[in-house]
Amino acid sequence: MATYKVSFGLAFLASIVNGVFGLVIAWALIRCRFPGQKVLDALIDLPFALPTAVAGLALTAVYSREGWLGGPLYNLFGIDVAFTSVGVAIAMVFISLPFVVRTVEPALRALEKEQEEDAWCLGASHGQTFWRVVLPQLAPAILAGVAQGYSRAVGEYGSVVMISSNVPFKDLITPTLIVQKLEEYDINGATVIGTVMLLFSLVSLLAINLIQVWGQRYQGN
Amino acid sequence: MAFIIPPLVDVQPPKWVKPSFGSKVKSATPGLIVVVACLYVAVVILLPAVSVVVQAFAKGIGPFLENFESEDLRSSLRLTLITACIAVPANTVFGLAAATAIARKKFKGKALLLSVIDLPFSISPIVVGLMLVLLYSPNHGLMAGLVNSLGWKIIFSTPGIVLATIIVTFPFMAREVIPLLEEEGWEQEEAAKTLGASDWQVFWKVTLPSVRWAALYGLILTTARALGEFGAVSVVSGNIASQTQTLPLFVEDAYKQYNTELAFGAAMVLGGVGVISLLLKMVVERLLEQDKKARSLETESE
Repeated sequence: MATYKVSFGLAFLASIVNGVFGLVIAWALIRCRFPGQKVLDALIDLPFALPTAVAGLALTAVYSREGWLGGPLYNLFGIDVAFTSVGVAIAMVFISLPFVVRTVEPALRALEKEQEEDAWCLGASHGQTFWRVVLPQLAPAILAGVAQGYSRAVGEYGSVVMISSNVPFKDLITPTLIVQKLEEYDINGATVIGTVMLLFSLVSLLAINLIQVWGQRYQGN
Repeated sequence: MAFIIPPLVDVQPPKWVKPSFGSKVKSATPGLIVVVACLYVAVVILLPAVSVVVQAFAKGIGPFLENFESEDLRSSLRLTLITACIAVPANTVFGLAAATAIARKKFKGKALLLSVIDLPFSISPIVVGLMLVLLYSPNHGLMAGLVNSLGWKIIFSTPGIVLATIIVTFPFMAREVIPLLEEEGWEQEEAAKTLGASDWQVFWKVTLPSVRWAALYGLILTTARALGEFGAVSVVSGNIASQTQTLPLFVEDAYKQYNTELAFGAAMVLGGVGVISLLLKMVVERLLEQDKKARSLETESE
């Protein structure tokens, strides 16, 4: 049962991080002009295109103690990333990032710049404009993207299984547990957990649809 | 269609016209935003991708090519290609059929069919694999009787892998084609029909050409996913080296057994396919956009 806590908790963490940075990236892609923008745009889709096994291998290589990022992190702060729950969260961030960016982009493009200028003319500060004018309108899109990313992160197996040490209560995720049960020929156990996962994906599908309906009503006003 | 009026969107002020204060309002922060966005993407996405390339070629090109003499790698590559060769055409045909049915016909349960098509997107690949095991496993599957009496071997062999791949990659084609077909409306097809074209002719000469770029886009996505699928396949394949091991499974297995070079060599192949599909996708996306623009011009000038 602890795997649920690990899976859903870490995916939640990853979604929040992606919600914030996804918005920043979408903003940079839509509202700013800078050299290398096309490259950034293409890179966002890389987690979609890269097979998950390759993603897992790549992340493990970078964040292990001998890796480019894992080495410095361990030497300076004593933090292990690969083969801990932090690594699992990073793998989830990696695979769910495109969902947030690609969902927020169209909403941001539809947002009229005039409204921000109006708010500014009426004496609102940058912060006020952002929190009161921009964010409420983008909220449905951000939520929908985060929800999509979340449901993908919870179900992700390929990349997570490689970067995780698969120790129960620590970084064993639910899909891996299903595989382990199957390997032990515990079909019933696997089916029960699988049913929970299936129910979760149906609920999240429903939630995403509801959020999108809510977003459309918002745009109508 | 006598002459074409350029759309208003393309009319932009000449370069020497300085934007008014409106753009200055926002120019206070973009620098920081761009830097943060680029840094985040670089650390989270670019760095891992580059590390695969560096590791694969760490000892030069010779050792990298030597990897391909491994019999396990070759057979896994072969199996992956066979799987893709069955799954991609199957999904292309059924995806197009489903898309045409959903966009063109009215029938009961259409909304249901649409959400069923979306299901593989939201279900964990592991659960997809589990469902296949529960259905076809010779010991405790629902269809065990049928499978055993016919002497088929599905789970832990190639048919299971192909089935899993088909399920996981099914939505891509239909998802790409449906919106375009719905947007098109069917005046053109009706016109073709009144002019005496048969259903088959309408499909080949009117429907298919109008969705060709979207279909190509769907084809690329399907192929990329079919070659790289891991979760669903790992559950049904049994992961027997040289027999039921696909390339992604080989990558994981080799890495677990500390065959790092082999793992990175195989990952490089898969990653290369991923990057190529990404590039193709960008090209097709541009074609799709041009197509749309040309079409909106046509309707405006009519």
